[in-house]
Amino acid sequence: MNHHTNSFNKSGMRDRGYNFPWLLQMAWRDSRHSRPRLFLFISSVILGIAALVAIYSLGNNLHNEIEQQAAELLGADLEISGNQPSTPEIREMLDSLGGQRSSQQSFASMILFTKTGGTRLTEIRALKGAFPYYGTLETEPASAGQSFRNKQEALVDETLMLQYGAHIGDSVKIGSVSFAIAGKLILAPGQTGLSASVAPVVYIPLQYMPQTDLAQKGSRISYRYFIRFNPSTNVEELVSRIKPQLEANNLRYETIQSRKEDTGRSFTDLTRFLSLVGFIALLLGCTGVASAVHVYIKEKVNSIAILRCLGVKSSQAFLIFLLQIAGAGCMGAIAGAALGVVIQQMLPIVLKDLLPVKISTPVSWTAAGQGIILGIVVSILFALLPLLSIRKVSPLSAIRISYETSGRQKDLLRWIIYILIALFVFGFTLIQLHNWQRALSFSLYIAVSLLALTALAHTLMWMVHKYFPSSWSYLWRQGLANLYRPNNQTAILIISIGLGTALICTLIFVQSILLNRINMSTGAHQPNIVLFDIQDKQEAAIMNLVRDFNMPVKETVPIVNMRLEEVNGINAEEAKKDTSKGLSYWLFSREYRVTYRDSLTPSEKLTAGKWQGEASGNGLPLISLEKNFARRSGVHLGDTLTFNVQGALMQTIAGSLRDVNWSGIQTNFLVVFPKGVLEDAPKFKVLLTRVPSQEISAKFQQAMVKQYPNVSIIDLGLVLHVLNDIMSKISFVIRFMAGFSIVTGLVVLISSVLISKYQRLQESVLLRTLGGSRKQIFIITTLEYFFLGALAAFTGILLALIAGYGLAYFVFDTEFTPPLLYILLLFVLVCLLTVVTGLVNSNGILNRSPLEVLRTTG
Amino acid sequence: MDTILKLTNVSKTYKSGDRELTVLDNLNFSVERASIISIVGPSGSGKTTLLGLCAGLDRASAGTVELQHKTLNILNEDQLAIIRNKYVGFIFQNFQLIPTLTALENVMVPLELRGEKKIKDRAMALLEKVGLTNRIHHYPLQLSGGEQQRVSIARAFSSNPIILFADEPTGNLDADTSSIIVQLLFDLNSEAGTTLVLVTHDRELSAKTQRILELKGGRIISDSQGLHE
Repeated sequence: MNHHTNSFNKSGMRDRGYNFPWLLQMAWRDSRHSRPRLFLFISSVILGIAALVAIYSLGNNLHNEIEQQAAELLGADLEISGNQPSTPEIREMLDSLGGQRSSQQSFASMILFTKTGGTRLTEIRALKGAFPYYGTLETEPASAGQSFRNKQEALVDETLMLQYGAHIGDSVKIGSVSFAIAGKLILAPGQTGLSASVAPVVYIPLQYMPQTDLAQKGSRISYRYFIRFNPSTNVEELVSRIKPQLEANNLRYETIQSRKEDTGRSFTDLTRFLSLVGFIALLLGCTGVASAVHVYIKEKVNSIAILRCLGVKSSQAFLIFLLQIAGAGCMGAIAGAALGVVIQQMLPIVLKDLLPVKISTPVSWTAAGQGIILGIVVSILFALLPLLSIRKVSPLSAIRISYETSGRQKDLLRWIIYILIALFVFGFTLIQLHNWQRALSFSLYIAVSLLALTALAHTLMWMVHKYFPSSWSYLWRQGLANLYRPNNQTAILIISIGLGTALICTLIFVQSILLNRINMSTGAHQPNIVLFDIQDKQEAAIMNLVRDFNMPVKETVPIVNMRLEEVNGINAEEAKKDTSKGLSYWLFSREYRVTYRDSLTPSEKLTAGKWQGEASGNGLPLISLEKNFARRSGVHLGDTLTFNVQGALMQTIAGSLRDVNWSGIQTNFLVVFPKGVLEDAPKFKVLLTRVPSQEISAKFQQAMVKQYPNVSIIDLGLVLHVLNDIMSKISFVIRFMAGFSIVTGLVVLISSVLISKYQRLQESVLLRTLGGSRKQIFIITTLEYFFLGALAAFTGILLALIAGYGLAYFVFDTEFTPPLLYILLLFVLVCLLTVVTGLVNSNGILNRSPLEVLRTTG
Repeated sequence: MDTILKLTNVSKTYKSGDRELTVLDNLNFSVERASIISIVGPSGSGKTTLLGLCAGLDRASAGTVELQHKTLNILNEDQLAIIRNKYVGFIFQNFQLIPTLTALENVMVPLELRGEKKIKDRAMALLEKVGLTNRIHHYPLQLSGGEQQRVSIARAFSSNPIILFADEPTGNLDADTSSIIVQLLFDLNSEAGTTLVLVTHDRELSAKTQRILELKGGRIISDSQGLHE
């Protein structure tokens, strides 16, 4: 035996190597007839690449814009803010800084559009000075941004004016003063559409602030100072010099640099999130590629067998087709990157409510390059699995059509590719998230989701196949049977279209859960309106007004503002220096709104310690803390907490911990004092009542704003409105991204229809030869796509229902009633989309004459 | 005479469930260089399986197959591929041209595989010999069955094989075309001095060969001289 082996080598039969130029030539030649098809396979990844290139470009451009517009984000070189009116010490410090300075007081207040009688809680910004020093208050008319400062005029948020039918020149009442509307406020420094939804802004000149009577004791006013320095000033150095003074006065600061970093960080998170959603679309496309290449290679088996007969090594045959796929992947990646550049132009429109800067859309070559490399890598990686089967094609297949390789043998390379794919998914996620635990969780989540979807798709297909009524007409049965055609990509289509449906459906469910939760928390007898900031002297009169409207006073709650000075004798400074104490610094920097009462409310549950209803007079009062707040801040039962109640220090003991249900229209508190301690402290009240209808609510609010303009009102209608507004702005972005998954699914569908076109053509010809009419074949084809769409939609909706119940039970702790109308609409929409896509691409099949086809294939 | 192909105690069995199916049973024969032999027999007698073993497309379950003094059983897949490229030519019943290549490219493939230079002239010359000068840039689908088989013959001879295996070369052709193709095959073969192994159940064709091996049930039931001179 050895003799023969030796003679083999000696006779010059050495390995000829791979002859790479020839492989390239063969790949090129063989692709001549398959290029459109190869491109079609790869088209499944185009959208995923496009999404990623668009998002990467957005990220790069956003980074550049934030870099360039950082000064306009802040509007000044330095912003100093706090919750206390300026003291002589603060004024002295501010004066010592030099430069130009503007002051602003901002607070929540009701406004009344006097012409229409509309009322709304807004954020009032009373401004003095030339702020913003960088950028402008963007207004309509443009001059209003300057002119309002010296007159009794206001700038009102553009959307708010639209909602309340207000016009320039109308008057708006804020506190006790009426202001003429000088213009619509379109954009203020650092503002986004989303922040305007939560708290629409109204600017007034600061000099009218005293006349409004809104700055009363206990009012929550934020004081801001905006400073512009000479260009030569080193702001960071200056800030580090005054930092001790700022901290001593509980003042915060922000520089252009810090705002830039904060904004940059937030939007890096946003682009990372979006790129992960885009990545899911890409992965779906990749599975589409794998599936299409599988069909392609099956068709190539004979050519491969002939080549093997002629002496081509299995590895050479493998390389010929790998080169083809790599070439197609390259084209697909370039097309994806080009499409990404186009989509990138749309992203600023999609994200306009979330972006704090105006964004230009130059082509980001880095992003395009990244997309192209990614496209080539994924095309090759995912095509490798079906390509591996080339190595197993025996030359015998050329002489025996029925020859098949024996069974599925264990293939180490296949496992290596599985591992490479897993590593790729993990690596890509890691690059996005910069945290290996999160990257691992996300990768596992994708794997589990895809497996669950695959299992669900196969189970549904199996069940429909098994239990479909055999008594139904032939057309229905044939339409269904077509789904199980060999090489049909039914499962992958169900998965990709199903996943897109699941994403959109889950989004609808979350929105519905949130709105339901608020609606449920305000049952027939629960309060649905809250009046804040009621002064002691106003309490009786407001209660009378409530009763005049035949509304019940459900509850009045006293609120005292205070700060925390020490915990067990440790103050803010010490806690910051010595982190081993386990106390969070923010514990000391925030303001507490505290109440006092003798019992727990229905939304509270005592979880630890002893509840003290009334201070005994012996020893320090026992206060109750919300349990999560205690855990986060590092405060334990028995700790001594010293509060500064508007100048007076008050020692207390952490006596109990409470579990609080924060949902619903009710008052809840982090810190609750017992009765008999705070009664004499300066305080204001919150009143909860229930309005029977929106009309009465509007009238009541008008009366309140006219008589008690300092009192803020939040009603359920407003909460629902704000929530809906926010959800619709965020969900638009998510829907846009989920759209990539659905469209990828449809591209896979088009590819699948075109791949199986020849087979469909033969089926159609056979049926027509047997006497089937065009109409019948059309119905069969329509039913096939209807079943496909229905299975995909059903899979997606089922997955979303599971997610919805899971979210409701584990996250939102509420009941879940699926919105059936939405589900039905989504189902119909997905089916319709699938049927239309399928039929449009099958058009050629239906129109071909049987004879024409028989001649071609004969 | 020089033996080019030698089979010793060759058997081929396939597993079908629990059963073993013997397709070829203990075959022994050898083929001399430049001879023309035909293997005949009814469908299922093992003709194509035998051809596969002789050409190094498959492996014997038992016994040894020696081609050009090399034992095929012990060679790996890549070594077998080199053997096929260097020594073996094929002609198939269903022509088996690569559909994505033109006639000329199909003929050039075996030479390109060897890394030979200036192959186009040789391929063109072969296509001229088979009468397809004006069809060289056509794809297989654009050619008739007879024309495809001519390309297949040109391809088979392009690499100057020492042995040519033809599996039912006229099986898919009409009678007139068949006789033209057979004549062409024999003419080219005599010109090149190649050993020709024909698998056929066409008695008329086998009668034209020097030697006829008749198979039945996986065994050689006769080994006789044909009419060909």
